[in-house]
Amino acid sequence: MTAAVTLFAQEGPVIPDFGRGDECIRENGKFCLNWFLDEFVDRFWPRVVEHIELTVIAVAVGFVIAFAAALVAYRWSRFELPFANVSALFYTIPSIALFQILVPITGIGWFTVEIALVSYTLLILFRNTLTGLREVPAEAKEAAEGMGLTRRQSLLQIELPLAAPAIVAGIRVATVTTISLATVGAFITPLGLGAPIFSAIQTGANTEFVAASLLAIALALIADAAIVFVQRALTPWSRARSPAT
Amino acid sequence: MGADSTAAEIVLDHVTKRYGNSARPAIDDLSLTIPAGEICVLIGPSGGGKTTAMKMINRLIAITEGDITIDGTSVRSLELTELRRGIGYVIQQIGLFPHMTVEDNIGTVPRLLGWDKKRIRARARELLELVGLDPDEHAKRYPSQLSGGQRQRVGLARAMAADPPLMLMDEPFGAIDPITRERLQNDFLRLHRELRKTVVFVTHDIDEAIKMGDQICILREGGVLAQYDTPEAILAAPADEFVAQFVGTDRGLKRLALRRLDEVELLPVPSEDTSATPACSSKTSLRDALSIMLTEGAPGVVVVGQDGGPTGYMTFDVVSRLLSDSEGERVT
Repeated sequence: MTAAVTLFAQEGPVIPDFGRGDECIRENGKFCLNWFLDEFVDRFWPRVVEHIELTVIAVAVGFVIAFAAALVAYRWSRFELPFANVSALFYTIPSIALFQILVPITGIGWFTVEIALVSYTLLILFRNTLTGLREVPAEAKEAAEGMGLTRRQSLLQIELPLAAPAIVAGIRVATVTTISLATVGAFITPLGLGAPIFSAIQTGANTEFVAASLLAIALALIADAAIVFVQRALTPWSRARSPAT
Repeated sequence: MGADSTAAEIVLDHVTKRYGNSARPAIDDLSLTIPAGEICVLIGPSGGGKTTAMKMINRLIAITEGDITIDGTSVRSLELTELRRGIGYVIQQIGLFPHMTVEDNIGTVPRLLGWDKKRIRARARELLELVGLDPDEHAKRYPSQLSGGQRQRVGLARAMAADPPLMLMDEPFGAIDPITRERLQNDFLRLHRELRKTVVFVTHDIDEAIKMGDQICILREGGVLAQYDTPEAILAAPADEFVAQFVGTDRGLKRLALRRLDEVELLPVPSEDTSATPACSSKTSLRDALSIMLTEGAPGVVVVGQDGGPTGYMTFDVVSRLLSDSEGERVT
């Protein structure tokens, strides 16, 4: 318990801009629900929207790049190693370092944050797409070829649908990771739920810190559940099991 | 090659397959004519190239030399996809698409050919009935919800979807338990008698070859033709030692299995009391009749017709004479 308690700033009036509010917030309580509810629409909701935007753009752009690279590597396997190595390299760079490296090149702003976030999605999206395609049963591909599907038809009608569960699983991991990483993006520019977190760390405002963190966690959980739902709707066949007689 | 034709004659004309620069071909100068509407079984030891020979027909494997024609049209002259859409294709692993329902699986080639949805659905239901599956129960299922035997029936239905004049079947019943396999074999033979498509059937099981084939093509190592003839003729007169060994030392018994008692001339029912003599139906094969004699230690069996009354008498000596009489002659 003591360890948990030291996470919080000392109680007592420390935050000048928390002028209004009840005793809880004036005393900088650990979590003041009334203040949070009062401030939600003005202070937190815009950050939530920004956070969603950051994540959606990052995953979408990352997916387009990784998907194209995976298709190329699926068709010509000599491209697999270079693509995998580059995406793995991006993945290993510490996020704060990467943000710092990018600032002199792309400046301070959302663009820099997006570049960093996109680069972290590439590895998982590339790997999962390629693995999903490679694990399509050989007999399904042979049957498709033998029945006269063109390569393109086989890819679009057989191989990609069968790889869909693996691809969506990759999107799921990438999305949750990005939601978490995007909070660090506020180190560069005050965007998303990282902004109140960073500001609360500096000011010692406990409720703001806890609220923003919980919102980020909730966002990740909701996104995760939503993607699972979409995946189930897209691939009814992957759950269809009944004892055959 | 239109969807309206029922069967096509297949001619392999001095076909050779060589991989890379290897000196030994996989198929060596193979020539054979498969009459329209017949089942031709390709069989041989592994390395004999039976699957290779089959896959050159739909050009899943490229022909090195020679040519293959379907009703006089060279397979080389057709667009790959057009050629393959006109040939039914069944493989051992079945290869149903797991993400499509049974109905959509069957509709694969018709969709490629641009049939409208209603026609595809109707065709899928018709085919399910043809292969012995209830459309109402199975059309909307996924392959994972079917048993192995049901899957292969769907595989068969899918191959027949666009009514191709030719079907290629690569060990179609090889991965199925013996009881289900026998049922599928019988159902397929019945279906074939109705539809009369040309079928090229690959197997490694000589008993299956004898049962299914109108013609059997035995390939030896290196893709050399060892013998191409009817099952009866191959069993009666193997071309050489290799074929004799391949069909097995029990080839006499296998020949007997090809004929039923109602297909041969019987002796009159003996006038003395036959109550101690074993009896069997006229639908029994000569092989099974012989087995009954051996098991019961009797010199003959009384043959009983459909109506239950005795129609004749079969003895050991007659069976043995029938075996030597019909050397090379096909009895149907």
